[in-house]
Amino acid sequence: MIRRRLRENILLSDYNMVVSLIEPGSRVLDLGCGSGALLERLIKERQVKGMGVEIEQSAVIECIRKGLSVFQGNIDAGLADYGNASYDYVILNQTLQVIQRPDFVIEELLRVGKQAIISFPHFGYWRIRWQLAFWGRMPKTGKLSFDWFNTPNIHLLTIKDFRQFCRDRNITILKALSLRSGGQTGCLQVKWLPNLLADEGLFVITRQAGA
Amino acid sequence: MNTANSTIQPEPGSVGVVKPQHLSVVVPPEGFRLECGRSLPAIEVAYETYGVLSPERDNAILILHALTGDAHVAGRHSPDDRKPGWWDFAVGPGRAFDTNRYFVICLNILGGCKGTTGPSSLNPDTGRPYGMTFPAVTLGDMVRVQKHVIDQLGIPSLLSMAGGSLGGMQVLEWLLRYPDFVRSAVILASTSKLSPQSIAFNEVGRKAIISDPAWNNGDYYGAAARPETGLAIARMIGHITYLSDISMDQKFGRRLQNRAEYSYEFNHEFAVENYLHYQGAQFVQRFDANSYLYITKAMDYYDAAADWGGSNLEKACARIKAKTLVVSFTSDWLFPSRQSLELVKALRQNNADVSYLEIESDYGHDAFLIPANADPLIRVVDSFLDNLYPTEGAP
Repeated sequence: MIRRRLRENILLSDYNMVVSLIEPGSRVLDLGCGSGALLERLIKERQVKGMGVEIEQSAVIECIRKGLSVFQGNIDAGLADYGNASYDYVILNQTLQVIQRPDFVIEELLRVGKQAIISFPHFGYWRIRWQLAFWGRMPKTGKLSFDWFNTPNIHLLTIKDFRQFCRDRNITILKALSLRSGGQTGCLQVKWLPNLLADEGLFVITRQAGA
Repeated sequence: MNTANSTIQPEPGSVGVVKPQHLSVVVPPEGFRLECGRSLPAIEVAYETYGVLSPERDNAILILHALTGDAHVAGRHSPDDRKPGWWDFAVGPGRAFDTNRYFVICLNILGGCKGTTGPSSLNPDTGRPYGMTFPAVTLGDMVRVQKHVIDQLGIPSLLSMAGGSLGGMQVLEWLLRYPDFVRSAVILASTSKLSPQSIAFNEVGRKAIISDPAWNNGDYYGAAARPETGLAIARMIGHITYLSDISMDQKFGRRLQNRAEYSYEFNHEFAVENYLHYQGAQFVQRFDANSYLYITKAMDYYDAAADWGGSNLEKACARIKAKTLVVSFTSDWLFPSRQSLELVKALRQNNADVSYLEIESDYGHDAFLIPANADPLIRVVDSFLDNLYPTEGAP
């Protein structure tokens, strides 16, 4: 319960960051939208036209109660039904690491969205390195709070990994934020040794020419 | 108009005792022209209402029934009525279609046999039942008649509408035909057009009726024998398609009915056989064979993409303005999720405000009618309507 609340707090802090990145009045697709808290904020604070995709039934119903437009489906199946550049932003918030085929899904994000906003728990965070290196145990942190046998997080990565991924595939990084939980907004930007001291990466990427 | 409100509340959440109502559609002197080119000189419509229309007239919800349904959605016609309406668990005070908040209307469809003009009605020109002289009707005709009724009831717009199966197809036709009249819609276990498999099942059902000697080319009203065998077989086939492999296995298994061993005779001895025969026998008591022919044919003909988008569903859906909720059920193989997804995709490509949910269920196509399966369906419908019509606005 405490762990769950902690997780919700962390998501909320992410939301502040994501909300600040979105242009008012834009079209937003939120993949893995949960019960729609981020979409609801984006609609209220940024007047976006938003749509969510979520696999879990009770979360879908909560979205519908909020009046959101939501589609029950699996992100791994891709976004075949969505046209090229049909959204200004496609958001993948703290969901990348649970997807079966992240490379395929990121390509789909970049096809459907003019920009993609991706956040993920950073596996190079010093506490994680410490737990593995000195205790010899699978790391557990606030953002990665599961045991090895029940974790949905199957594709863990670091901020450096993600940068490399974008370089290899000629994906343009418009904005890269290395974040750490804490502070007034719930999130601090880490400027010094980000790959060691940050616990989350948040990227805005695109494939659009001249972006 | 609001006189159908319950006077007795025999069980919590029930609308209580309701009174069926009737209305004559105002038809021009040349008759009500149908899509097939022919006209009907008069149209009667049976309907029921539940709850109260708000002073602003903004809380009306139209529910549309499926193939063999009728206007009796909820409550009972008398205190000792054996069974409540077909969607009683969904409609009532505090239920998903909360009659404390919404004014719910349901009407029997054109071509039916439950009080609305159909092949068993008397042709005013001849004084005899229409039978096969009844003109072919389409879903478009059914919906146009419904719109006339809603207009005559003085309802300026619909807060929402809902229907499953054929009901959902009519909802879709409403959204296409009267895009400015409807604020929102719930489409359950439905499709924009029947699959060849569904048409095939319908045709076998019709053939069973037509092959019954008692059918007599549709002229059996008042005769000693009615095409009960044919209609019962049609119902048995239909019923198989409404269930699922898994639900039949759970409900009947290979159990024998009232016996321990095989009889080695050709009477029905498996529980599932017995059930189908029972369903068939019940059905012929309450449904007209000719109505079955006309309505299934109308379903077969319906193709929203062809009618409104030159065979392109995406183009057709560009007309739709309502906020929609599309729901399918995992074990429905008659109107499979694939068909709902096709509609959702077409709506989404038009940037329509559409939500989609696929409910896990073993109950097959009938899932939306099964009280035991009600939970997620009720919750999602309640959530959808609640957001559209906040409690403060209730009368």
